[in-house]
Order: sequence, then C-alpha cells, then structure tokens
Amino acid sequence: MNAVVKAVAHRNAHITLRVNGEDVEVSFAPYKTLLEVLREDLDLTGTKHGCELGECGACAVLVDGQPLLSCLKLALECDGSVIETIEGLASGPELHPLQAAFSDHGGSQCGYCTPGVLMTAKGLLDKEPNPSRERIKEALSGNLCRCTGYQQIVDSVAEAAHKINETAVDAKTINDGRTGA
Amino acid sequence: MSTTKKLDVIGHARRRVDGREKVTGQLRYADDMKLPRMLHLKLLRSSQPHALIEAIDVARASSYPGVRLVLTGRDFPVPFGIMPVAQDEYPLAPEHVRYVGDPVAAVVAKDEQTAAEALGLIEVKYKSLPTIATPEEALAQPEARIHDYTDAGNIHRNQAFEFGDVEEALAKSDHIFEDLFFYEGDNHMAIEQHASLAKAEGDGKLTLWTSTQDPHYLHRQLARVLQMSAAHIRVIACDNGGGFGGKCDPAGHEFVVSKAALMLGRPVKICLTREEVFYLHRGRHPVLMKFRTGVTKEGKLTGMHLQTLLDGGAYGSHGPASTFYTGVLTPLTYELPRFKFDACRVFTNKPACGPKRGHGTPQPRFGQEVQLDKIAEKLKLDPADLRLNMVTKANSLTASWLKIGSNGLAECIRQVVEGSGWKQKHGKLPQGRGVGIACSSYMTGAGVSIYWNKMPHSGVQLSLDRSGQVTVFCGATEVGQGSDDVLAAIVAETLGISTKEVRCITGDTGITPIDLGSYSSRVTIMMGHAALQAAGRARDMLVAAAAAQLEVLPESIVLSRGRVFAAGDAAKSMSFAEAVIYAESKFGTLGTVGSYTPPKPPGKFKAAGVGPSPAYSFSACVVEVEVDEHTGWITVPKIWIAHDIGRALNPVLARGQVIGGIYMGLGEALMEEQVFRRLPPKLSNALVHKIPSLLEYKSITSLDMPEVEVFLIEDPDPNCPFGAKEVGQGPLLPVMPAVANAVFDAVAVRIDEVPITPEKILRALHLKREGKIPRVGPDHFPEVPYVEPTFVIPPGEGGDGTESKRPTTKTFRTKEIAA
Repeated sequence: MNAVVKAVAHRNAHITLRVNGEDVEVSFAPYKTLLEVLREDLDLTGTKHGCELGECGACAVLVDGQPLLSCLKLALECDGSVIETIEGLASGPELHPLQAAFSDHGGSQCGYCTPGVLMTAKGLLDKEPNPSRERIKEALSGNLCRCTGYQQIVDSVAEAAHKINETAVDAKTINDGRTGA
Repeated sequence: MSTTKKLDVIGHARRRVDGREKVTGQLRYADDMKLPRMLHLKLLRSSQPHALIEAIDVARASSYPGVRLVLTGRDFPVPFGIMPVAQDEYPLAPEHVRYVGDPVAAVVAKDEQTAAEALGLIEVKYKSLPTIATPEEALAQPEARIHDYTDAGNIHRNQAFEFGDVEEALAKSDHIFEDLFFYEGDNHMAIEQHASLAKAEGDGKLTLWTSTQDPHYLHRQLARVLQMSAAHIRVIACDNGGGFGGKCDPAGHEFVVSKAALMLGRPVKICLTREEVFYLHRGRHPVLMKFRTGVTKEGKLTGMHLQTLLDGGAYGSHGPASTFYTGVLTPLTYELPRFKFDACRVFTNKPACGPKRGHGTPQPRFGQEVQLDKIAEKLKLDPADLRLNMVTKANSLTASWLKIGSNGLAECIRQVVEGSGWKQKHGKLPQGRGVGIACSSYMTGAGVSIYWNKMPHSGVQLSLDRSGQVTVFCGATEVGQGSDDVLAAIVAETLGISTKEVRCITGDTGITPIDLGSYSSRVTIMMGHAALQAAGRARDMLVAAAAAQLEVLPESIVLSRGRVFAAGDAAKSMSFAEAVIYAESKFGTLGTVGSYTPPKPPGKFKAAGVGPSPAYSFSACVVEVEVDEHTGWITVPKIWIAHDIGRALNPVLARGQVIGGIYMGLGEALMEEQVFRRLPPKLSNALVHKIPSLLEYKSITSLDMPEVEVFLIEDPDPNCPFGAKEVGQGPLLPVMPAVANAVFDAVAVRIDEVPITPEKILRALHLKREGKIPRVGPDHFPEVPYVEPTFVIPPGEGGDGTESKRPTTKTFRTKEIAA
C-alpha cells in the first residue's frame, strides 16, 4: 500500500495549457510553480525571477488576461488556462506597441524586469486603453525595476497606449469609410 | 580620426542595439542557460556569525538519492579576493566562518530540490567565537580576530594622506565647522540574482557562463583558485540583469560550480536565492564620518580634515579601494587649498561590503554637502551661491593632485537653480515644504588597474569582410548601462554605417580582447577609445581602397550613412559593402585592433594611483520635499538634476542612466538599509541579517518615484571619445545630501545620517519642540588609531607631487566653532 502511495505521490502532473495561442501539454513534478514549468519544462525563459516569493514582479505573466505572479501559482492549478508570456507579445517580426515604445523611450535598460513589466502593462492596456500616468504607476507598482527609475517605463506605457488608440481610431475611420462607401 | 563631418549616429536618440532582445524576452541571462546532462548546485551556509568549524559530516548527504557530489572547504585550499592585497576568502570556508551566510559546503544533485534536501543532511559542528557587530566593537576588541593577515586587531586598512598643513589652514580660518555624519549600508538589489553555469570541455578545459561585471578579473581568480592555466579557462559574462557593483567581486559559487563541473565532467549550475544575494552582498559600506572644515567669512574653504570609519563586514572584497574612495574624490568639486583624510576599514561579522554605484564616495559626499548647507546657514549665504562661488576650474589640479579636465559644475548649478525656481523657493516655501541643493563629481574610469601591469585597460578587435558585415569584439560587459550600444555607435559613426550593421561580441575571455570590466564608470571612455582606434584603422583601409578605385584623393573620401564617396562629387560613390570588397582585395583579410591605457596620474606619492581619472563628470541636484510633521513622512514631488556628461552618445540611454541614478540615490536617502540584529540569547545570540528579502528591504516603487527633470550639460571633454564622460554613477551622488538639505529647509531639523526615515524626522521634531538641538545623527566619533599621514605639498604651494617631509608647524588649536 505504502509503495503505491509513494509512486502516486511522485507521479508527474499532466496538464494542458494554451500558451501564447498554442495548445501545449506538459508534465512536471507536482510541486512546481507556473514560473518553473514555463522556464524549465516549456523553455520559455523570457519570464524571469527575482525573488520567487512574490515580491519583485519579474515573473508576471497573463493568466486568462489577468497579470499574475507566476512564482506564487502552482502550475497544477492552471490546467486549461490561457497563458500569455513575453514570447507571445510580438507578432512575428512586428513588435507590439508596448515593446516598440519601450525600445524608443528607454523603458528597458538591463532588460531583466522588462518581461514582467511589459506583461503587466499589457494586462492594464487590454482593460483600460486610456490610463492616466498615476494609474500606470499604480498598475506597475508591484514590478520592481532597479535601472530606469520608472519614469521612462511610465513614458513608454503612456506612449504605447496613445499609439494603440491611434491605430484603433485609424482602423475605425477606415472601416467607417468603407461602410460609408 | 577626423570628427569634422556631421555626426550621423553619435548624439542621436536611437534604439539600443540590444533593445529588441530585451523587449522580446529573447536575451539569455545566466540562469536562462541550460545544457544537456546539467546538474544543479546548492550551498550550505553558516548559521553562525563567527565560529570555527570543528567537524563536517557529509556522509548522509552524499548517499542521498540523486546527489552526485558534496564539496567542502577541504576541496578549496587556495583563497581568492579581487584585490591582490586582500586574498582572504575561500569558495567554501575551510575552518573559520565569519558571518551568517558564509558558504561552508556544496551539494550537486540531479535537480535543485534534491540538492536543497541534501543540504539539510550535512552536519556541521561549530565552536563559537565572540561576534563583532559594529566598528566600535572591532576597534575595542582586537582579539577574536576575524582575519589574522592584517597588522592590528580587526583593522583591515588604515590610510592617511595630508596635502598641505591642514591644521595651519584651519587655524587661520574665520570659522571651523566640525560635524559628524553616518551613512548606512545598503544593497545593490539587482533584480537578477547571481547565476553561474560551468561546463568542463572534453579536454579538461573549463567554460563558465556567469553574471559578472568583470569577467577578466574573475578569469584570473579562477586560474588561481582552481590551480589551472588561465589559457584553459573561458569566462563568458552573460548580459547582467543589473549589476551596480554587486557582480564585480568574484563570488564563491563561481569557483564551486567550476570545480564541480571539472570533477564530474558534467555541466553544473547554480542560481542564488534572493536571501543568498543579501548574504553575498558587497554593497555600500556603512561609514561614520567626521568633517573639520575651515571657512573664511566670505564662505571660501581653507582646509578640510576628513576622518572616516568603514564597516567592512567579514571580508576584504574591494575594501582597500573603498577605503581610499571615502577620501580621495572629496576635493574635486570646490576649491580646497589643503586637505587631509584619515580612513580606516574594520572587519565585522557581517556580509562583506564592497563597491556599489559611486563606490565609497556617496558617503563623504553626503557629509560634505550637508556640512556646506550648515556653513551657508551660519554665514547667511545662499547655499547655491556659496557653491557657485568656489567651484573648481577646468584644467586644474586639486590639492590632492587630481587633474580635472573639462568642468561643467558651474553650469550644472546654474541650470538646476534656474530650472527649479530655487531663488523663489529656498527659505520661502510654506512650513513643511523645502528645497535642498547638492553637487558632486565622479571619475570617468579608474586610472590604474586593480592589479599592477603595463598592459592596456581595454582592447577592441574589429573584423570586416566582403559581405559588408562588421563584427566588433571587446571584453566589456553589458550590465544594462548600454556598453554594447556605445561600442556599436562608435564603430558605426567611424565607418559611416548604422549601429544595425555592427555585430557586438562582448564579455567573453575566450574570444574577446581584454577589457577590465564594467566598474568605475570606465567603459565608455576606455572601450570607446579602443574602439575609435580600431575603427579608425579600418576606416583608413577603406578610404585608401575607395580613393584608389574612385581615383580621388583619400582626403576627399567621406564615409556616411552606408556610402563611401568623394566629397563634392556625387558620381564618385560606392556602397560600404563595395568599399569593403575593394579593401579586402587591396589589403587581404581585414582586421584591426585598438587599445587604450589611461594617462599616468600627476601625483607621484605612494598610492597616488587611486582617484586619478582621465576625466571627471560633475552634477548638481535640487530636491523638493514635503514633510508631514505629524507622521514624519517625506514626499518628494520633484527633482532637478544637471549632469556634465561631456557629450551624450545616445541621449535616450544617457537620460536613463541619470534618472536611474536619481532613483537609486533617493532610495538610499529615504529607506534602503542593510541592517542586522542579534537573536535573543535563548536563540543563540547570533548576529543575523534583519531583512534578507525584497519585501522587507524597502526600495522605491513606481508610485514613490517623483518626476525628474534632467539637464545634460554637453561640453565635450578632449580626453574622452567624442567628448563623452561618465553618466552611470555620478548622478546618484548629490541626491542624498540634497534630500537632507531640503528637509532642513522644510522643517528646520538636521538629519545627519541616511536613510532619512519618518522615525528620525519625528525624533528631531520632538527635540525641536523640547528646545534641544533639532538634530538626529551620530554624536560621537570613536578613538581610531589612524596612521601617520603621507604628507604631500599641494600643487598650489610648489609641490612636485612626491611625498615630502611635513613642515615643522606650531600646533594651532584655536577658536573651534561647533556648527
């Protein structure tokens, strides 16, 4: 009996995730966090760690659209979830407006906190397309950055929001134009 | 090379060359590396602050399933240390542990979890020694020595220099101000935890990927500790996820993974936990300071005697240099005819302190700039005018024989005074609000290497081929500051191409020429000069080949925007790639090198090499604060900073360095502290780190960070590539004293130590209400057995820069005025 229990306890967990638009199946030791499974079992090392205690925000990813500290989440709990990581932010060679703005405005220096910051910012802009600077600062207050002093990060997010909205307006104008014609 | 053509790359805002990898998550930091058959290593750390190891039993750990190897101090007979005079640390402590967290054993296992479990099976028997918690205790207890290689007790370094007879100068002053200050220690807190991956090659050679700022120094130390030929070791500095000085020292774990990989013939990796990063530390030294400064009634300095006492923690680290730096750069900002400093570093049973952004200089700069505020107050002078009236001059020598080149400090002061509305604010804002000003200077690269040698400080190699590709190799290390971007920009500008066309291969001792590393703000100037030379030589070949082909004089050839052409003749033009083909046809395989060695320091006395730099940056900062007198809470609405950078090679990055420096300085001013406590006697009485986590170690978040207005003062320095001086460290320095001075302007209390916490504000306000001196800060300076100073006559008094006999002076001791 004991031997059976032991074997069960050591059996890998097996789940299905939708990661960056692709369905993946993954099996892993059941104690692993989502962070560990992403980095170690799915080779998605773009997601970083700075504390593994939920203090720094470097491991933030989007789970079902919500920013989440992947170091605090057991991967087992994520079966069937939709996960977005930094690797899925750009579409092919085309940078996401957030990535472009971070490149243009110095939002990234050493780059280590950048994936967590970008994913948290995406979570914000997906829900609130026109955040104030104060709102951006609030949303990013759980992401520690040691290089930038945050100012250029906030500038970058504000610029990206502006660009996304501009594009949305352009698209709408074009569509309206087409409808009108 | 000629820089007369309009600059295409330098000075223009550009996306950094490594930016795309960073925003897409593609860049691989050390812990992102993974190799087939890789094993994982964890360290067992001492639970005792000071003890002898009587026995270690690793039998149970060794036989634990999944464990491949257990190492102890016995496997590492050779000590290491970044400074040749402080080789006092072992990868694993063989018999003597010196702080809680000192590594004593290592387990290599199939995964991290197994290694961590096996650590718990190692039994260490310790024999406790008395613990030294503070510098005062270190001075008072010469026995129970933490190290026995130094001359006296627990004193690590003792340095003293006197440039002109300071007591005489003080005696002739109208006022003497004597002030004590304390600067608490703090951690770099790079978000990337240190990680290393070692791999033994089939023929017994070693490759180490690691988070290091200084792969070259690590390379030398690996050869020493592993007792291998340096030629068989390759250190690859992965891009650092932030360094700030915290990845300058070789670290114990780097030797341990290397040894384990060599013994097992399999790759071995470690990544430190955040708690371990706080133990490894090497952060800001806590420093107690005493300033005695003479001033004329007009507010000019006559002389200064500075004494510092550094809490070094348990190991030497960069300590000998750190000790110098608490003194040597002090005279750079203001005319100071005579200067003396005594500096003493002691050992304590805490994690070792080392270099952090500003290395040893933020502490005295804090004291100096707060004392100036007190001087201005006493003499009823405007603090900005006081400073402006005595700034050092360009192309001058300080009393301490530092050669200043370009100097934009006056302009920095004018810019922040005007930008902040200083004249309308200082002394005029409502109660609870105030502004403070402070200035600083920092070196653009240390003038001498950490170990004595006559070789270049930076080397660059360039290769070009018929495809038009340009690859540049340099040992410099990208730690986030943008060194790869600087390298690409200088090569691109010189060859008339864009930075996209330049591939940078950096920080790899196996294939890149040596650069000493990312420390002392040296990369832009030293790597930059070497790159300029290498690219200039390549350009000469391209010009010669293109001129021959186009049948024009070489002097008329211009390289710009990917074209090589004759000035004034649009028809005579070719692409850059075509020019490379002609050059390769003419000269054969194309490759050039460049190197840079800083000029010799002007001082000739012993230890005159610490402090000199080819160029100095200058900064001035105004901070505005609002102090809540009920809670002591300090809010900082805005900071103005002017930085004399010479030239901003990429303004986006330069501004980023300035604002990042301000951020880090503000954290040190208000909250960051690496502090310790004793456990209660029933729990061992051990001295432990109070807050080894990011939740408890307070740092500034996006919500706390004020708006920063940056003024870049660009007056190109002739000693720097394209005139560019440092920007990575200098802008941090004036923030802390500017905050303290602003607090005084707001609520008329002096906080003479950092961090300036709400508790200290409340305590000072309470003292004020009780009619006592409204000041919080150190109130006594212990008896330190400083050594007899090296006496050097200042340049202004006819000295020749050598050590000389102190003139016979009457000892003056008159009219001491407490500030």
